[in-house]
Amino acid sequence: MSVLQQALENGKFGVTAEMAPPKGCDFSEQMAAAELLKGKVHAINVTDMQSACLKASSIGLCVKLKLAGLEPIIQMTGRDRSRMAIMGDMLAAASFGIDTMLALTGDHTMVGDCKASKPVYDLDSVGILRMLSTMEATGKDCGGNDLASTPTFYKGAAVTPVYEPQILQINKLRQKVDAGARYIQTQGIFDLDALKRFMDEVYKAGIKAHIMAGIIPLKTAGMAKYMNENVPGIAVPQDMIDRLAAAAAEGKEKGVKGLPARLGIEMAAEMIAKIKAEGLCDGVHIMAIGAEKNVPTILEKAGVEI
Amino acid sequence: MIITQKKPLEELLGMLDGAKTVALVGCGSCATACATGGEKEIADLSKVLEQHGMKVVATAMSEYCCMHLKTRTILKPVIAANPDAVVAMSCGDGVQVIAQYCKCPVYPSNNTMFLGESVKLGLFEEACHLCGDCVLGKTGGICPISRCAKSLVNGPCGGSRNGKCEVNPENPCAWIEIYNKLVELGQEYKIGITRDDKGYEKVSYPRTINIRGDKK
Repeated sequence: MSVLQQALENGKFGVTAEMAPPKGCDFSEQMAAAELLKGKVHAINVTDMQSACLKASSIGLCVKLKLAGLEPIIQMTGRDRSRMAIMGDMLAAASFGIDTMLALTGDHTMVGDCKASKPVYDLDSVGILRMLSTMEATGKDCGGNDLASTPTFYKGAAVTPVYEPQILQINKLRQKVDAGARYIQTQGIFDLDALKRFMDEVYKAGIKAHIMAGIIPLKTAGMAKYMNENVPGIAVPQDMIDRLAAAAAEGKEKGVKGLPARLGIEMAAEMIAKIKAEGLCDGVHIMAIGAEKNVPTILEKAGVEI
Repeated sequence: MIITQKKPLEELLGMLDGAKTVALVGCGSCATACATGGEKEIADLSKVLEQHGMKVVATAMSEYCCMHLKTRTILKPVIAANPDAVVAMSCGDGVQVIAQYCKCPVYPSNNTMFLGESVKLGLFEEACHLCGDCVLGKTGGICPISRCAKSLVNGPCGGSRNGKCEVNPENPCAWIEIYNKLVELGQEYKIGITRDDKGYEKVSYPRTINIRGDKK
């Protein structure tokens, strides 16, 4: 059984960290960062060309992590693959013991760094989940033909809590869960009150899934502002931006580098600790965006052990 | 209608390289509405080609270039003029119909852009992807296949900002529009309908439909 599934279904506070494969074929940096995460997270969630920017495939890093004794989550978007390619990749992933996946529709190629690529979208996130659930239930492939052997995946999906009108995200979340998603990772959360309001709506809608709050450790005030302006569903409150700016000013005055990033780690840890203490969510998903080495520190400061 | 856009003149001249005599064929329907193949555009292009040393030996206008019967008839004087090349000022389908009846090369003066509507004079918007399995009855008369950049059928992605699409912020998110329309129609429940995956068998091309009840 999937390690993340075991944790979440046994009522443990689930912890996952996100990691992107390299833009290239040398995975050593990722593997070194992953070693630091051993025993600190339930799984490492490997992105599938996030922001539609070309990287090595998720499946490659997932296989490497698995061989190194780590638990990968394979992200699968519908942007670049037809249903046949998705199912083929998932069968291949299963042969390496990869048993946890996250289905996403995927950012459009037009927002990425290879705009000439054909956006496929044969299936969206709901379609991917439904296809895999049907495969698991029937032992048949996407064309209705018998498979010689059939894997089972612990399936997840994503949701954007800060969205207007929210009912559309709640409705889509329901469809994802109906289609087989058992755990849900949210877009990066910075305002716990907004998270609470979202969780109330999920509860009211009677949606049963393990929700993991997305945590993005901020590095600078500029990064926060950039994300507010450019990343859908991200809303960093002004006071957080002000604190990061103040930390930068203080660092400049004292001649100390990295104060905003250190504050970002503190703020992330604080949020995780609160989410856990108040039972707001079933776990957290940390998206450190290249600073995965900081994840153990964040978890330690938050007092979270797996 | 089929929305067309003029090709750059250099591209057309490149195709016509070596032709001394040309004939122009316009289209009285969509291309006229798009100002890419009407009487005025035929006259304008004639002048330009003459300026580039070509002789325009015939012009013709089909009410609908896409209809073989109509186009075959109007092509008679064009074929009789025996030009080195024909310029078809229609959509891509019109070009192909004309090319079937001409022995000389037929070149397109337009790029065929999309199936859409004339919102007002000179403004065209894409509105249908010819998916072969219309979902408009469930989506408040707004097409998610053509109006959503990802052609999503189960509701919006998380990528919209202030109701606008992540791919082109000038475009509204189709699913937010669908939702608003369904609320307006008192059909809000339809937003929750799980849509069966229709697959792509119906868009395996080229497609033929025969309602004649006889052989093709």
